[in-house]
Amino acid sequence: MKKNSKNNSGMSLIVKTVTRWTILLIILYGLYITFFGHLGPGGGFAGGVIVVLSFIHIILAYGKDFVVRRINEYLASILETTGGLMFLSIAILGFATGIFFKDFLGQGKIFSLFSGGIILPANVAIMLKVGFGMLSAFLCLILFSLHKGE
Amino acid sequence: MIITFFVILPLLGVFINSLLGRFVKNFSEIFINIVNFLLVVLSFVSLFYINTSENITLVYQVGGWVIPYGITLVMDSLTVFMLLLVNVVGFFVGIYSISYMKSYTESWGFYSLFELMIAGMNGVIISGDLFNIFVFLEIASISSYALVAYGIGKDELEASFKYIILGSISTGLILLGIVLTYSYTSTLNLADIAKTIEFDRSFILKIILFLFIIGFSVKAAVVPFHWWLPDAHPSAPAPISAMLSGVLIKTLGIYLIVRFIFNVFPKNQEILNIIFYLGILSMIIGVILALYQWDYKRLLAYHSISQVGYMLLGIGLGSPTGIVGGMFHMLNHSIFKSLLFLTSGALEYNFYTRDLKKYCCVNKIMPNTTFSAVVGSLSIAGVPPFNGFWSKLLIIVACIETKNILAAIVAVAVSVLTLASFLKVLKYGFYSIEDNTKFSENKKEVPFPMQFSMLSLAILCIILGILLYPNINDLLLSKIKSTIYEGSLYYKTILK
Amino acid sequence: MLVYVLCLTMFFVGLYGLITKKNLLKIIISFIIMDNSLNLFFIVVGYRKDGIFPIFLKTHSTTQPMVDPVPQALVLTSIVIGLSVTILMVAIALRIYEKHKTFDITEIKNLKG
Repeated sequence: MKKNSKNNSGMSLIVKTVTRWTILLIILYGLYITFFGHLGPGGGFAGGVIVVLSFIHIILAYGKDFVVRRINEYLASILETTGGLMFLSIAILGFATGIFFKDFLGQGKIFSLFSGGIILPANVAIMLKVGFGMLSAFLCLILFSLHKGE
Repeated sequence: MIITFFVILPLLGVFINSLLGRFVKNFSEIFINIVNFLLVVLSFVSLFYINTSENITLVYQVGGWVIPYGITLVMDSLTVFMLLLVNVVGFFVGIYSISYMKSYTESWGFYSLFELMIAGMNGVIISGDLFNIFVFLEIASISSYALVAYGIGKDELEASFKYIILGSISTGLILLGIVLTYSYTSTLNLADIAKTIEFDRSFILKIILFLFIIGFSVKAAVVPFHWWLPDAHPSAPAPISAMLSGVLIKTLGIYLIVRFIFNVFPKNQEILNIIFYLGILSMIIGVILALYQWDYKRLLAYHSISQVGYMLLGIGLGSPTGIVGGMFHMLNHSIFKSLLFLTSGALEYNFYTRDLKKYCCVNKIMPNTTFSAVVGSLSIAGVPPFNGFWSKLLIIVACIETKNILAAIVAVAVSVLTLASFLKVLKYGFYSIEDNTKFSENKKEVPFPMQFSMLSLAILCIILGILLYPNINDLLLSKIKSTIYEGSLYYKTILK
Repeated sequence: MLVYVLCLTMFFVGLYGLITKKNLLKIIISFIIMDNSLNLFFIVVGYRKDGIFPIFLKTHSTTQPMVDPVPQALVLTSIVIGLSVTILMVAIALRIYEKHKTFDITEIKNLKG
C-alpha cells in the first residue's frame, strides 16, 4: 500500500475527490436560491449560508491551510463589510428618490428574473454579508487556536 | 425624515470603520467621535422641533408602505427624551475611550462594536413596530455581550458567559410574548395593537404582559433577576461599564416597560402593583448588598440595582408626579452613574487595581478626578442642590400623595444608606493618606480626553436641577407626563 | 392544539437543560433547542386550515386559501440572530477552555457574590 507522503493534512482520497466535484454544484445552488428569492422560497439568508458551506466543505476536507492561503481572514472581513455597505447604500438611494428604503427600480414583467424592485440587489447584499460573516466567524474559531500558558 | 438618520448614521459609521479602521492609524477615534457628535446635534435639533409647540408626533413609514403593512418609526416626546440620554452619554464615553483604549490591542474592533451598540439602542427607541424592536434589541444585546468579554482575561470570559445565558433567556421570553401577541391580534404595529385590544379584558392578555415584563426586567437587572450585573460590570472595560450601567439597562429595560404598560396594553392595576413591589425589593436588596463590597466597580454595580428600584417605584405608583419623578431619575442616574464609572476607570488606569483599601493619596495626585467623584457621590446620595436630590424628592412626594407612607420611609432610609456607602468610598478611595508612598510615586493625572469627559458630566450633574424650573419644565418633563399618563393618546395620534 | 403543547414542552426541556447542566457545551446545546422551539412555535401559529404554500406560481389559481406568510419571513431573521448568538457562545467557551483547562462550570467560579 503506497503511503500518501505529499500532504498528510485533511481527509482520505475519496473525500477529497468527491469534494472537488460537488463544491461547484453547491455554489451554483446557493446562487440560484439567492437570485430567485423573490419568486420562490429562499432569499439572502439561506443563499448566503449555502454558498459559504462550500468553503467550509473545503476546509474540512483539505485542511485549513489550503483555504487560508487564498481567502485569509482580512479578505473575508472586507467582503462582509462590502455586503453591508451595499445594503445600506440601496436603502439610502431609495432615500434620494423620496422615502427611505423606497422601491425605486420598478416592477418588471411578473415571474421573470428582473421583477420585484429592489428585492434582487438586497438579496445579493445580504448573501455577501451573511455568508462571509459566517466564514469570518468560522475562521476565527479555528485559526487562533490553543496556545499554552497565560 | 430626520428620524431615520438616528439609525443610518451609526450604521454607516460601523461599516466604514470596519473597512478602513484597521488600515489607517487613528482613523477609528476621529471618525467615530465625529459621528457621535453629529448624533448629539441631531438630538438637540429634534428636541427643539418637537417640544416647542403643541404635542407633535412625527410618524415615518419606511418604504412608503401604509399602516399597518409597513414598518413605522415614531418620534414623540418620550422618544426625544431617551434619544438625548443615549446620544449625550455615548458622546462623552466615546471621547473618554480615546485614551483609555490605548492599553488594549486592536482598538478599531472596540469602536465598531461600540457604535453598533449605539445604533441598536437608537433603533429600539424610535421604532414603532414589534418585530423591529426585537431585531434592534438583539443588535444592542449581542454587541454588549462581545464588549463585556473584550479584554480576554479569566474574569471577563466567565462574566460574559453568565451575561449571555441570562440575556438569551430574556430574549426567548420576549420572542414568546411577540408570537402570542401576533397570534391574538394578527398585526405587528404597536399603534394597531393598542387600538385592537383597548377594551379587551381577557386573561391571555395578562399572561402576555406578564411575559413581557419578566423579559424586560431581566434586561433591566431587577431583583430577583439581577445576578448577572455584579459580575458583568466590573469585568468590562470602564467605558463599557459606563455605557452598560448608564444607558443600556434603561433603554432595553425600563423604557420598553413604560412603553408597553402605558401605551400599548390597556390600563392594568395589578401589573403596576407588581412593579411597585419589585421596585421596593430592588432598592432594599441592592443597597444592603452594596454595603459589604470593597471592590469599587462591584459596589457601583450594586448601587445601579438599587437606583433602578427607585425608577420602578416611581413608575409603579401610577400618578403623574411619580412617573415624571421616575423618568427624571432615569436621566439623572445615567449621568452620575456614568461619571462614577469613568472615575473608577481613571483610578484603574493609574493604579491597576480596583480594591478600595489599596488606594492612597489620590486627592493630591489627581485633583480633577477627585472633584468629579465627589460631585457624583453627592448626586447619587441625594444631597441638594445636585440633580439626584430633585428626582428623589419628586418620587418621595409622589409616594406621600398616593398614601404609601411606608414606601416613602423606605426610600428615605435607602437614600441614607447610599450616602453612608459613598462616604466610605470617598474616605478610603480618594482621601486616604496612608503611608503607601511606593505605590503612588511617578503617577500623575490622567490624560486630557478622560478629564474632559469627567468634568463635563460633573458640570451637567450640577446644573440639571434646572429642569424643574417652571418655564424650562415645559421643554422636557411635562411633555413626557402627557405622553405616558394618557396612554391611549399614542395610537390616536398615529392612526388618524 | 397538541402541536402548541409539544412546542412549549420543547421550550421547557431546553430551559431545564440550561439551568441544571454543568458542562458548558451542554448548556450551549440546550440554548439551541430553546431557540429552535420558539421558531417552530412561530411558524405553527401561521397555519390556516386547508391552506397551501404562500407563493404565486403561474400554474396556480389565485383563489385558494394560503397559510400566513408573515411568520415565515420573521422566522428567517430570528434563525440568523440565534445563529450569531450561538457562534459567540462557542467562541467564548473555547477561550474559557484555554484559560481554565476545563468545561465544568462548578470549577470556574472565580467571581463571587
